[in-house]
Amino acid sequence: MKKFFQAKKYSEQELVVSASASVLAIVFGLLFGFVFMLIVSPGEALRGFSYILVGGLNDGLLSIGSMITFATPLLFTGLAVAFAYRTGLFNIGASGQLMIGAFAAVAVGVPQWWTYPDGVRTLIDNPFLQLGAFHWVAAILAAFIAGGLWGFIPGALKAWFNVNEVVASIMLNYVAMFVNSLLINRYLLNTLTAKAFNVAESATIPKMGLDRLLTDGIRSTQANGSFFIAILAIVVIHIILNKTVFGYELKAVGFNREAARYAGMNSRRNIILSMSISGALAGLGGASLFLLTGRNLDPVQVILTQGFDGIAIALLGLGSPIGVGLAGLFFSSLKVGGQYLQILSFRIEIIDIIISVIIYLAALSLVLRIIITTFFKRMEEK
Amino acid sequence: MDIFYFIFQLALASLIPLALVAFGALFAERSGVINIAMEGIMLMGGFVGAAMMLTLEGLDVPAQWIVLIAMFTGAVVGVVYSLLHAFASINMKSDQIISATALNLFAPAFAIFMARTYGAEGTRQINLGQSYKIAEVPFLSDIPIIGPMFFEQAFISTYIGAVIFIVSYIVLYKTRFGLRLRACGENPSAADSVGINIYLMRYAGVMISGALAGLGGVIFVVSFANNFNSTVNGFGFLAIAVLIFGQWKPSRILLAASFFGLMRVISSAYDAIPVLNTLGIPREIYSIIPYIATLLVLAFVSKKSVAPRAAGQPYDAGKR
Repeated sequence: MKKFFQAKKYSEQELVVSASASVLAIVFGLLFGFVFMLIVSPGEALRGFSYILVGGLNDGLLSIGSMITFATPLLFTGLAVAFAYRTGLFNIGASGQLMIGAFAAVAVGVPQWWTYPDGVRTLIDNPFLQLGAFHWVAAILAAFIAGGLWGFIPGALKAWFNVNEVVASIMLNYVAMFVNSLLINRYLLNTLTAKAFNVAESATIPKMGLDRLLTDGIRSTQANGSFFIAILAIVVIHIILNKTVFGYELKAVGFNREAARYAGMNSRRNIILSMSISGALAGLGGASLFLLTGRNLDPVQVILTQGFDGIAIALLGLGSPIGVGLAGLFFSSLKVGGQYLQILSFRIEIIDIIISVIIYLAALSLVLRIIITTFFKRMEEK
Repeated sequence: MDIFYFIFQLALASLIPLALVAFGALFAERSGVINIAMEGIMLMGGFVGAAMMLTLEGLDVPAQWIVLIAMFTGAVVGVVYSLLHAFASINMKSDQIISATALNLFAPAFAIFMARTYGAEGTRQINLGQSYKIAEVPFLSDIPIIGPMFFEQAFISTYIGAVIFIVSYIVLYKTRFGLRLRACGENPSAADSVGINIYLMRYAGVMISGALAGLGGVIFVVSFANNFNSTVNGFGFLAIAVLIFGQWKPSRILLAASFFGLMRVISSAYDAIPVLNTLGIPREIYSIIPYIATLLVLAFVSKKSVAPRAAGQPYDAGKR
C-alpha cells in the first residue's frame, strides 16, 4: 500500500479510486437503509438488515436461482445503458426498448394470433411454430431487432437532427408503453386472463442445466439459459469496447464528437449504431423477461422498471461491462433479500429506497473521490 | 353544448398543472440547472399533500381550506426535496441527469413504503374521504358561456394554479431577480463578473421548480383521482415535454400545455365525444400524439437549440 500511487499506472489509479467510490456509495446507502429501518421498527431492524445483506444466499441454491432469474433482464438493460454511456450517450429509454423487445419476442413466441379479416376476430396459428427447435432463437432474435429499431430512433434523431437523446428516449418510453398496450390488446390478448397468451413450449428459453444445478431436490429454479446469453453479451461488449477499432471509435465519438469527426470518423453513423446496439441489448432483456412460463406480457399501461434499474446498475458498474455484471448480481441479491424482509413488518420498497440513495451518492462521487484520495495519500505518508 | 363544456372543464384541469410544472422546469433551466426530477418531486408533493388532506379530513376542516393547506404543504415538500438536486448539481457539480434520476427513483419507493407501512389500508393508496370539486362558483357561474366554461365543476386548486402561473411569469420576466436568474442560465461567467451570486441564483431556480412541482403534485391528486396511488402517471415527464414543445417560452408553454391537456382529455374520455367515438381510432393513438408531436418539434428545432445556453453545465468560477 505504501507506494500505491507511484506503483500503478494513472488509469489503474483512476479505476481504484472510482471503484472505491462505488463501494463507499454502497456502504453509505446500506447504512441509510439500516437507519431508516431502525426508525420504522427498531426491534426488527437488525434481523431485517441481515436478510438484505445475505440476500441471494438466504435460502441456498434456490435463492441463488431467484437471484439469477431476477438479475438476467437487469444485466441486459444495465449493459445497454453502460454501452451507450461509454459512447457518450445517456440511454434513459432502455425501458421502452425492453418493452418493444418483449412484445416482439412474445409475438413470435405465442402459438396463436388474433387477426381481423373483414372485421371478424379470428385466431390463426403462428407461422413461427414451424421453426420447431429454433423457435426460441427466433423469438430472441426478434427482441434483439425490435429493441434495436426502437433504439435506432433516438440515435437517428440525435445524429441527424441534434435532438437530445435523454428527452427523446423519455418520450419513446411512453410511446412504447401505449404501442405495447394497443398491440397486445389487439393481437395477443388471452381474454380469460386479460394478459397476453402463454408463449409456446418451443419458444421458452431452455434451462440449459440450471434447473438441475440450482435445486433443493423438490423445487427447482426458474432461471434459464438467458443468463448465459447475458454473460456472453457482457463478454462480447467488453471485447467490442476495449479490443476493437470499432469500439475505440465509438468511445472517441462519445468523448469529443468534433475531434472524432476531424480524425476521420463517421460520428453520425457511430451515434446511430451505438444507440441501436444499446436498444438491441435492452430488447434482449425483454426476451429474457417473458420467454418463460409463468409470466405473461400485460397490456396494462405501466412502464416496466427494468430499464431504470439498468441505469442504476450501469452507474454502479462504472460503465464497464464487467462492472455491470457485478453490480447486477449485487442489485438482485438485495432484491431477493428484500423478499425475505416481508416476513417482518418491512416492505420490499426499502430496497428501492436503498438503491436510489446509492445512486444519489454515486452522483456525488466528487465528495467520495476526495475522501478516498485523501485516505490513500494519508496511507502513503505513513 | 354540454359536451363542449365537459371537455373544456376537464382540459382546463389538466392544462393548469401541466403549465405550472413545465414553468417550474423552466425556472430551473433558465437558472442553468436541468431538472428532470420533476416527476419525482411532484410525486413527493402529491404524497405528503394527500397524507395531509387525509389528516385534515379527520379534523373537520372545511373542504376548500384542506385543499389550500395541502397545496402549501406540497410546495414546501417540493422545495425541500429539490434541495437534494440543487446540492448535487450546484455544489457537487454532479451529473444532473443522474442525480435527478435518483430523485425520481426514490420518490415512488418512499411513497409506496410509507403508504403500505403507515396507511390504514396497507396498500399503496391514500383514499380521500370526499371530493373537492366545486359544482358552481356563486354568481360567476351564471355568466353565459364563460360561466359554465370556467366556473362549474371546477377545483379551487385550478384557480390558485392559474394565479401562481401568472405570478411566476411576472417574477421570471418582469423583475430584476428574474433577469439575473436568466442571466445565470445564459452566460454565468458574465453574470458572475457583474456581481451576481451564481450559486444562490441557481439554488433559487431549482427551489422554485421544486415548489411548483410539489404544488403540481397536489393539484394532480385533487383534480384527477381523489386518491393518491403512488404515481403521477408520468405527468412530470409530460411537463418537461411541454417545456420543450413550448421552446422555453411562457406563451408557447401555455399553448403546448393546452394542446397536451386536450389530447389527454380526448384519450381518457373519447367514448363520450361525438364524432370521435365513431371514427374507431384506438384510445392509445390519442395518448401517443403529444409524445410524437414533441419528438417532431424537437427534430425541427434542435439544430439551432433555443435552450438556455448554460443549462446542464456546472458553474466553475475557475474557468472564467
